[in-house]
Amino acid sequence: MFRYTLNKVALTIPTLIGVTIVAFAFIRLLPGDPILLLAGERGVTEERYTQLAAQFGFDQPLWQQYLIFMGNLLQGDLGNSFVTKQPVLTEFLARFPATLELSIFAMLLALIVGLPAGVIAAVRRGTFFDHTLMTVSLTGYSMPIFWWGLLLIILFSSILGWTPVSGRISVMYFFDMPTGLMTIDALFSGDKGAFRSALSHLILPSIALGTIPMAVIARQTRSAILEVLGEDYIRTARAKGISAWRIVGLHALRNALITVVTVIGLQVGVLFAGAILTETIFAWPGIGKWMIDSIYRRDYQVVQGGLILIAGIVMIVNLIVDFLYGLINPRIRHTRG
Amino acid sequence: MPLLEIQNLSVDFATAHGKFRAVDGVNLTVDPGETVAIVGESGSGKSVSMLALMGLLPWTATITADRMALDGRDLLTMSKRQRRSLAGKDIAMIFQEPMTSLNPCFTVGFQIDEILKTHMSLTRKERDRRAIELMSLVGIPSPESRLSAFPHQLSGGMSQRVMIAMMIACNPRLLIADEPTTALDVTIQAQILELLLTLQQETGMALVLITHDMGVVAETAQRVVVQYAGQQVEARPVLDLFDMPRHPYTQALLAALPERATSQHLPSIPGVVPGQFDRPAGCLFNPRCEYATDLCRSTPPVVRDGALCHMPLDDAGNPTQPKILAEAAS
Ligand SMILES: Nc1ncnc2c1ncn2[C@@H]1O[C@H](COP(=O)(O)OP(=O)(O)O)[C@@H](O)[C@H]1O
Ligand SMILES: [Mg+2]
Repeated sequence: MFRYTLNKVALTIPTLIGVTIVAFAFIRLLPGDPILLLAGERGVTEERYTQLAAQFGFDQPLWQQYLIFMGNLLQGDLGNSFVTKQPVLTEFLARFPATLELSIFAMLLALIVGLPAGVIAAVRRGTFFDHTLMTVSLTGYSMPIFWWGLLLIILFSSILGWTPVSGRISVMYFFDMPTGLMTIDALFSGDKGAFRSALSHLILPSIALGTIPMAVIARQTRSAILEVLGEDYIRTARAKGISAWRIVGLHALRNALITVVTVIGLQVGVLFAGAILTETIFAWPGIGKWMIDSIYRRDYQVVQGGLILIAGIVMIVNLIVDFLYGLINPRIRHTRG
Repeated sequence: MPLLEIQNLSVDFATAHGKFRAVDGVNLTVDPGETVAIVGESGSGKSVSMLALMGLLPWTATITADRMALDGRDLLTMSKRQRRSLAGKDIAMIFQEPMTSLNPCFTVGFQIDEILKTHMSLTRKERDRRAIELMSLVGIPSPESRLSAFPHQLSGGMSQRVMIAMMIACNPRLLIADEPTTALDVTIQAQILELLLTLQQETGMALVLITHDMGVVAETAQRVVVQYAGQQVEARPVLDLFDMPRHPYTQALLAALPERATSQHLPSIPGVVPGQFDRPAGCLFNPRCEYATDLCRSTPPVVRDGALCHMPLDDAGNPTQPKILAEAAS
């Protein structure tokens, strides 16, 4: 198990290096000059331009810029935003809890709905429920987030008026935010209204973001359970006279989870990508919105630093998932080393 | 009263190419404490008929029978729930592939405990003690520590021992062992058979032993049922059957035994058991039968002299006159 974990960790190093190159190159490949954009309509004199370029290090060859960037990165310095002058890391940490909260809720929603739906579809294979679920999940999977989010807003916010259109909470509430997770902090503030407001702001974006993972989890759970139900040990369990629900919910699901957990891990990356769109639609002040804004401003440091941090988090989550996979799969847990 | 009564059991599978009759009119009675062997080559419907009894066939299977009863209780009219309460309690079954028959995600101890918890009202402590007792009963060394082992840490022989321990946990009246040694090393095979017979004698349970090995039958069973392509071709006490087989298929199976082989070369029956698509007309065994006549190739036989054959063999092992000719002659 230890060797298994170490292996997985070692494998992420080349990926991380690749990510720094991509992050560095990506924003510089976009047309548009950050200094001109920063100056705005006022424009900038040639003198001042050279001065600023030198200050940001743009006068040096690209490979040298990359080496400086890497050197700083290794010391834990991601640089400062051109626009706000704040350290990238500080800005990131200020916005990350919002994205985390949205992602966690979206994933919870996907699991709470997707797992049972997949299990039931497998058990009731070929029935109306199964066909309906497969059709709905395919639709959900193919639904562009942007369009789906707008549909949700139109239906639930504009027509029915059940949920707010954007933001994380009504402006009328104020309380300390030790965790940065609005629902948790609202709950601890003791103000029921604040909690309800935070939750109602969270629900639509979570649905918009959680739909794709939900569809994927439902389909994968269904096929994993179907496969497992044909195994010899399921026949043994039935020969023991165990109830059908225990066989599906324990014997089959436990084995099916081994494949489903991997799928869930892969969805984390998808979730972050989706968060960028979702946050834009719902004006959710997380890192997705922050990245989009910074790309428009050609804020090189923020974009490259943000990309690296996001990639790092996705990799950490994947490591955790690999570790969980090892934990729930006795064949890996018990290998020596 | 017999412990198990099965009369005229048939199983049809719905397949993509229509109905397939995998078991056709099988009868079986087992008395308490008795050992009955079911023999036949692969594909003879041995497993399917016993899975039908256990209620373990997939939904594509349609089961019909005139009677299927355990201890006088009719299994055919029983509710699913009652049926399930018998499985693992009164009838238990072990399978051909011990390595895949245990759930890889749970420890041996958990899997034994589960069957005890399902059928017996014992305290946790009593169940723990029973699990250890069972493990040593089936000859597993250091049973306490093995309880926390996962199936992948066990050899095939050990897995089969665990399966046996688990399935006899609730003192079943009847144990069905479906080729319990086929997947094991030759050296282990004898040990497992020995274990099953010892357990049977100690507990007094009845044993249905499925095998394709006539040699195993001679050492273990009191009665034998020979199955071919889903049909029961002969069913008799072991000694009679070995001395004077009535069906040419039984004769051929016996002739294939190493100790009965007359030449260096081990005789085997040419051809294979017909499946869904190559069922012949007339007697199902006729393409492989050395005595087959036109009658055998055109008309399905009925039971004569205890064998499903037009010309059951006489005591000397030669085919007799078909009934129609015999009647015409007299
Ligand atoms: N689930 C199933 N669907 C269709 N045919 C099956 C199924 N299970 C078994 N069969 C067929 O039934 C026949 C008897 O199989 P089986 O009882 O396993 O034979 P045996 O145990 O004697 O080797 C075989 O031809 C097999 O292909
Ligand atoms: Mg079989």
